[in-house]
Amino acid sequence: MEFFRSHVLICTGTGCTSSGSRLVISGLRKELEERNLEKEIRVVETGCFGFCNLGPIMVVYPEGVFYCQVKLEDIKEIVEEHFVKGRPVKRLLYSDPNTEVKTQEFENIEFFKHQKRIALSNCGSINPEKIEEYIAKDGYFALGKVLNEMTPLDVIEEIKKSGLRGRGGGGFPTGVKWGFAYKAKADQKYIVCNADEGDPGAFMDRSVLEGDPHSVLEAMAIAGYAIGASQGYVYVRAEYPIAVERLTLAIKQARNLGLLGKNIFGKGFDFEIDIRLGAGAFVCGEETALLTSIEGKRGEPRPRPPFPANSGLWGKPTIINNVETLANVARIIRNGWEWFASMGTEKSKGTKVFALAGKINNTGLIEVPMGTTLRTIIYDIGGGIPNGKKFKAAQTGGPSGGCITAELMDTPIDYDNLIAIGSMMGSGGLIVMDEDTCMVDIARFFLEFTQEESCGKCPPCRIGTKRMLEILTRICEGKGVPEDLETLETLAKTIKSTALCGLGQTSPNPVLSTLRYFRHEYEAHIYNKKCPAGVCKALLSYEIDPEKCRGCGLCARNCPVDAISGKIKEPFVIDNDKCIKCGTCMEKCKFGAISRK
Amino acid sequence: MRTLDELKSIKDKNEKEMALRSETGRPAITVHMGTCGIANGAREVLNTVLAELKERNVTDVHVTQTGCPGLCHKEPLITITEKGKNPYLYGMVTPENVKRIVLEHVINGHPIKEWLVNLEK
Repeated sequence: MEFFRSHVLICTGTGCTSSGSRLVISGLRKELEERNLEKEIRVVETGCFGFCNLGPIMVVYPEGVFYCQVKLEDIKEIVEEHFVKGRPVKRLLYSDPNTEVKTQEFENIEFFKHQKRIALSNCGSINPEKIEEYIAKDGYFALGKVLNEMTPLDVIEEIKKSGLRGRGGGGFPTGVKWGFAYKAKADQKYIVCNADEGDPGAFMDRSVLEGDPHSVLEAMAIAGYAIGASQGYVYVRAEYPIAVERLTLAIKQARNLGLLGKNIFGKGFDFEIDIRLGAGAFVCGEETALLTSIEGKRGEPRPRPPFPANSGLWGKPTIINNVETLANVARIIRNGWEWFASMGTEKSKGTKVFALAGKINNTGLIEVPMGTTLRTIIYDIGGGIPNGKKFKAAQTGGPSGGCITAELMDTPIDYDNLIAIGSMMGSGGLIVMDEDTCMVDIARFFLEFTQEESCGKCPPCRIGTKRMLEILTRICEGKGVPEDLETLETLAKTIKSTALCGLGQTSPNPVLSTLRYFRHEYEAHIYNKKCPAGVCKALLSYEIDPEKCRGCGLCARNCPVDAISGKIKEPFVIDNDKCIKCGTCMEKCKFGAISRK
Repeated sequence: MRTLDELKSIKDKNEKEMALRSETGRPAITVHMGTCGIANGAREVLNTVLAELKERNVTDVHVTQTGCPGLCHKEPLITITEKGKNPYLYGMVTPENVKRIVLEHVINGHPIKEWLVNLEK
């Protein structure tokens, strides 16, 4: 064994890889070799730290120094100053966007301080491509404990008592679901991991698979033992190449050590896991559509009941759990249900991972105890709204959810509270919107997504969402009529109660939720033909104030469609028929003579 | 995998290698590597510390570097920090005597008083 005095952890998740962490790693390895430090300093490739907008992220142990946005050009300085002389490179430390204070150790950074990482506990602290590092963090001991000391019913009881609920969005109690499949009589049962994460802007599951794939495999084996299944499938989208690669490797390593396969721990329990790639259809995240897709057919949902726990894959009892749900299972078994149930709110236990996106300073991945308020998430962890703008609303649950307004910011976030305010937990996408966001436009955006992703099997979803989208588009274009709001509500309620699957039933939620909290914006579009946030282009017009215009012609030269004309040193005029409302003239004008109305 | 013991031995081996990424509660060794320290042989001291820890298979002692503490005439210097105690600063450290510091102070917990330069604290 080599003696390393320092471990340098660099994120190789999708976020940091796309900002160049591979280059940084190869550059660092080369530099260490040139200075004969490769036997003193070990480079470790890890999963996601969550601070994706500051990637590539590098953490140096034992000091725990946290470097952000490390570039290949910074490597020489880091090696020379930090690794040779022991002086951390200050300019690469995290700098708080509001106070500009630099922080060296990452546990002291506000973004991490308010988090509680359970499902993500190994992400960013182990090398996901080495099963030994997972085992060093007590990995596979829960599987060992279950096989050696517990009956399947003990396992199910433990999960039930922990209060773990499905993290994919529905929030169904996991232990109860396992209990149904346990009771179902069949010669073959299946465990399926739903990694078909499709919400725009959500990447919780991807990060867990990339940063800690073994936690998912271990949990699938535990679930298999609990319900009596010997085969598992991970249904993951093909757009997640790094996750697929690491899962494949993890399965191979677990097989080599006999942690998957025949007669695990000599207890006569067999369990195999295979990967099935999804082609990226949003509807395949719906459990019955997902099963149909695994069976090799077109990914379309079917009516429930029968529920998959009784009749799922090829008609056999099947448990489908989301990635994040599974990532909690081994930890519950190891630490006991009391530990898990001590976190969270009365009916929502444990933590939840959220992907922060939109108009927020710290975009990235966070994990907080259930019951944390939106205010803590946005201002303490997220670092607030950029450019001093005002918070308007946050969308949870992606295209199936709704918005949380500024007045509701102090509501503790859990499954039931979110339903009560007309949104839903969803899988954990959290999109922050500021005062410049038009809520009608947002509703149109989400509906456009679900309408396009509708599989077309049932008419309420296929035709209903299309009609709703037409109305919303019309409103955004300034052609809305007073009856539109009533029609939208009727359509929404009908789709909600008659669509076949979760995709259709939840697709009107963004419209209902924005109608509930931002009805005045719809009315402004319809009656006054104005977009209060200044987003809907058809409702805007740009005008030049002849008093302020000096006739320099800068606007006319920059106009991409030649909509501005005039004589030099005389006021210019915008032709609103030609204008495409790009706003370039307003940006360019040095005298503030152009305004948007 | 047949037994939990087999799994445990994999865990123990790798946990040791990863000890550096977490607080271990063991003393930490800091070698002062300012220009004065390096000129007086701090690099050799550091190499010896690492070799000694490796030889004794100690993986939970953190070794870091820092700059000059101002006592240039006492270089090379090393500091041993233990949680809740004043740091121990050793001066004029050589590759020979640092082996004894590692064994007696870091591993066995008995500071070598006559070599300390900050006894007055």
